[in-house]
Amino acid sequence: MIKVLKTGFYSTIQDEGRLGYLGYGVPISGAMDSYSSQFANALLGNDEDAAVLEMTMTGAELLFLTATTIAITGADMSPKLNGKPIMMFKSITVKDNDALTFGKLIKGFRAYMAVKGGVLSETVLGSRSMMQGITDDIRIQKGDCLDTMKPSSLILPKHAKLKFDASYLDEDIFCVTRGPEFEKLSKDQKDVLINTTFEVSKYNNRMAYQLQPLVQNDLKSILTSAVLPGTVQLTPSGQLIVLMRDCQTTGGYPRVLQLTEKSINSLSQKTTGNYLNIRMND
Amino acid sequence: MSFQLRYSQYNERSILIEWPVVIDEETLKDVLFFKEVIGVVLIKESVELISAYNSILVVYGYGIDDVNSVFLSLKKIYSTFDNLKEINSKTFRIPVCYDEEFSFDLESYSKAIHLSKDAVLKLHSEAIYSVYFIGFLPGFLYLGGLNSALYLDRKTTPSFNVKKGAVGIGGKQTGIYPQDSPGGWHIIGNSPIELFNPKQNPPCFIKAGDKIKFYSISKSEYQHIKSEVINSCFDFKTLLVHD
Repeated sequence: MIKVLKTGFYSTIQDEGRLGYLGYGVPISGAMDSYSSQFANALLGNDEDAAVLEMTMTGAELLFLTATTIAITGADMSPKLNGKPIMMFKSITVKDNDALTFGKLIKGFRAYMAVKGGVLSETVLGSRSMMQGITDDIRIQKGDCLDTMKPSSLILPKHAKLKFDASYLDEDIFCVTRGPEFEKLSKDQKDVLINTTFEVSKYNNRMAYQLQPLVQNDLKSILTSAVLPGTVQLTPSGQLIVLMRDCQTTGGYPRVLQLTEKSINSLSQKTTGNYLNIRMND
Repeated sequence: MSFQLRYSQYNERSILIEWPVVIDEETLKDVLFFKEVIGVVLIKESVELISAYNSILVVYGYGIDDVNSVFLSLKKIYSTFDNLKEINSKTFRIPVCYDEEFSFDLESYSKAIHLSKDAVLKLHSEAIYSVYFIGFLPGFLYLGGLNSALYLDRKTTPSFNVKKGAVGIGGKQTGIYPQDSPGGWHIIGNSPIELFNPKQNPPCFIKAGDKIKFYSISKSEYQHIKSEVINSCFDFKTLLVHD
């Protein structure tokens, strides 16, 4: 069991998402940066879809009521155990009453903490990922106790040699493919998409990231159709919207680009004011 | 009749299938038929399917290596089952309370389309609507079949908080908000029925291809059904229309 002493700015429980219900309009959700989440689980020998704690911008303060092992990946928020700095990307043994805290955000925007066996929170429609309208809790609260496996059922992790490729945290080139409506863009618009350095606007969250500047546009809305995380929509006012893990399942704006899975993970580590360039994968 | 379909790769593990850009019942039937067949043929591959007015997105559980062979196998599925186009469709009666406690915009809306409130409610509740697909919010039904006399553009300023169950009209569409949400539709009533319940599986009892019809209920009937829904003792099967 882990007690939440402080939540941090925005912390949720996430696994690999809710699959099987897209046809009912249920968003996929899941860890924004699934590479980091899977890596944290791999370090502990967990299933890759075990539930982890996703912390945004600032970390939580957690008190371990049972001994276990944990791993921290993704953004560097200066993690400390009982006040002493600890390594990221490595399995860490914690004892009863150990306190995990975070400090300054050094790099990235979302950090992940995996715990041996995964966080055993409420499962709704096959997933523990917190989501408004689906799960009772939409983020962790101060005083919450997060269930984990009992120590007797813990098997010590194998110290497999896993190399975390942290280069994507600094990545500012985002690989995309053509979206279904890409060919409706004018040549000028296509050039602008490829040659502009875009900035993440303050409207960025688990549902979508808006980019600036605006792109001159006279494309009209389309007949509502499917969208997925990574879909880049262009609104009639010229706003580029990159849909993220909690996005709706359908939308009516032209889908001009599609981010690769890897680029979705990279974008999850960006925040307001960060820059990015788009590169077309052929 | 067979449609000319367009196949394209959407991302590393998804294929988009598109029909000509129209909203009609023929296209709906064909979309739903193909969706059902794909689901049956690819049952072991754990595919996810998102259908809409004129499209299906097929999301595979793995990365696509050879996109052309995936196109070919989908095309084969479409042509093989061409002669079996019957979709299992149910019709539900959905109770709506049009009382002024819920119909916040009925006054301004009926003035804007130059009809009396009674005429609006009559036209709204006498039509039979087709469920084209579910999207926007979990359990939000995209309905076709609104009487053209009821068309009115969305409100210029969306309401910050539309209540769960709110029945609205926006553009050429009508629908029910399955949860509290911001929204720009003109709200003319509220249904006590829960269209989406994440604690049940499947979470929606209505699916694409089903038909629905609204019927007017009083405030006391609304309260009665609402309390049954809250206490989980409302049986949605009582809403089924048997032919």
